[in-house]
Amino acid sequence: MKYSVDDRGYYGEFGGAFIPEMMYPNVKELQDNYLRILNSPDFISEFHSLLKHYVGRPSPLYFAPRLSEFHNTKIYLKREDLNHTGAHKINNTVGQILIAQRLGKKRIIAVTGAGQHGVATATVCALMGLKCVVYMGETDIARQEPNVLRMKMLGADVVPVVSGNRTLKDATNESIRDWISNPSDTHYIIGSAVGPHPYPDLVTRLQSVISEEMRYQLLEQTGKSDPDYIVACVGGGSNAIGSFYHYLNNENVKLVGVEAAGKGISTGETAATLVTGRPGIIHGSRTILMQDEDGQITEPYSISAGLDYPGIGPAHSFLHKTGRVIYGNVTDDEALEAAFLLTRLEGIVPALESAHALAWLGKTRFRTGDVVVVTVSGRGDKDMSAYIKYMNTRDSEENSYGSK
Amino acid sequence: MNRIDKLFREKKEHILSVYFTAGFPDIVATAGIVKSLSEAGADMVEIGMPFSDPMADGPVIQKSNETALRNGMNIKKLFVQLQEIRNEVDIPIILMGYLNPVMQFGFENFCMKCSETGIDGVILPDLPPQVYIEEFQGMFDRYGIYNILLISPQSDEKRIHEIDYISRGFIYMVSSSGVTGAKGSCSQDQIAYFDRVRKIKLKNPCLIGFGISGHDSFAEACKYSSGGIIGSAFVNLLREKGYSADVINQFVKSIRG
Repeated sequence: MKYSVDDRGYYGEFGGAFIPEMMYPNVKELQDNYLRILNSPDFISEFHSLLKHYVGRPSPLYFAPRLSEFHNTKIYLKREDLNHTGAHKINNTVGQILIAQRLGKKRIIAVTGAGQHGVATATVCALMGLKCVVYMGETDIARQEPNVLRMKMLGADVVPVVSGNRTLKDATNESIRDWISNPSDTHYIIGSAVGPHPYPDLVTRLQSVISEEMRYQLLEQTGKSDPDYIVACVGGGSNAIGSFYHYLNNENVKLVGVEAAGKGISTGETAATLVTGRPGIIHGSRTILMQDEDGQITEPYSISAGLDYPGIGPAHSFLHKTGRVIYGNVTDDEALEAAFLLTRLEGIVPALESAHALAWLGKTRFRTGDVVVVTVSGRGDKDMSAYIKYMNTRDSEENSYGSK
Repeated sequence: MNRIDKLFREKKEHILSVYFTAGFPDIVATAGIVKSLSEAGADMVEIGMPFSDPMADGPVIQKSNETALRNGMNIKKLFVQLQEIRNEVDIPIILMGYLNPVMQFGFENFCMKCSETGIDGVILPDLPPQVYIEEFQGMFDRYGIYNILLISPQSDEKRIHEIDYISRGFIYMVSSSGVTGAKGSCSQDQIAYFDRVRKIKLKNPCLIGFGISGHDSFAEACKYSSGGIIGSAFVNLLREKGYSADVINQFVKSIRG
């Protein structure tokens, strides 16, 4: 496949494994074994059984009639929000925990920003009886209390990270330090299609179940397995690459990744990596990243805690460069509006991340018959405080307009 | 001749290399610290180029990186500050840092500046040996800059041979599984690892780094290799007591004992 990783771990010029020697044996072990394990019959059968009976797959592909009418096209929602733990993240953690077991690992580490990947990791660790340590920036711990409590209830050890800005990026550095310090018994479950090879490819393959299901679900419902568009939000980019995977070589299908513009791409408070970043090395991978002129990695901003990563998966950098995928971006306010629109029209409260993909629909002119699939990567329960705040300010603005 | 080769030719044991972060504790400290270390009898210095995400470093060096960046340190300023250093200091100087800032500075430009300034070697922990061979070795060689590579307790014999083969100057032997930072004395596992490496016939000498904090651990490192590298303990000293020539002199003397 022309968009797949090559045998050296690169997507064109992007990817690779830029890691200190202390991490080399761990990463090499994974590089040497992941394809063998992924292709082994016992892994395949256990993975698919868990996806079906534990995660609740296949996730529905739902034709959204009122949203379709609003945008004057045919919109299908890929409902990753209905998965166990409420997002696509569990597809990857189920797969990686099975790999960790097959490598004889006894301890799992993970990093989480919003807490979704942390919860998905703590969940599979509870399921398999493995020790789980989740690194989380102190700032994020304060912002995401319900998920912190869930992880603790699931038996995970949540370690507050106080270095740097105390967010996702710093928690990632801390987990890398943990892995360096615990080289033999620990597997590091990376939650997005980022990091050193083989992680971007491993996570992509595990998330590719999204587009695998899409193909036959579309065929059943529309008579064609190919839509005109597939739209997904991109932080590190795992739900997007999983949604695109089986369509990458089918150039008739327009693929759209939507980044978080935050307060706007020129405000400095943004997470739109592909617009504001340039090539460099972050967390073991050569990719596009947000950085200052000296190559110091900058802190991204988005209202959505799952999209504010200063890098992007190397596959996305490559798909951006080759033009195979169109990348757009959406501001906080546009995402909030789109979340309310979906809620009011379809009775589905999406995660703020997914709301970015939905908001892109409002920025595009479709042909009437276009079939558009939007991946709803997660549900909005975790974002209720942001939604309530938005509702209150909107109501008070409406009231003040009314009084004028 | 590269000053690193000269050092290891003239001195076979008890080599002391000291690390500190450029721009820490303040922006003008760098050249003075190098000079004081040299006068105090350090054999080599490693100057850290601060980075926002130093993933192989423990809390002490992370903090010094943060401070240095807040102080406005960057690679360009560092080369300006070191411009005259070779008029005063003759011991080998190594720059240590992470790949991204060097990439953004430009690799060729970086090597050229190192060569002009009299920098002898570079340590970039996140530059893997394979990428070094494929993309950068030619450039390093052209400018006479040594790329110092790391081995760790997890490196097997085959890997150590590969690293030795492409190394010049010396091999940086990471003492334990972990990040930089002062630790206690050596464990049985560490001693077994030092012995294992010592028995492998290597063309390059080794220095032990990570976890060397004072006289005793330095002496221990010297038993198993050509010497040791001290980082976090010295950075702590700079933070607590400043960087006067006296303070630095006492520190180096206390390590040597």
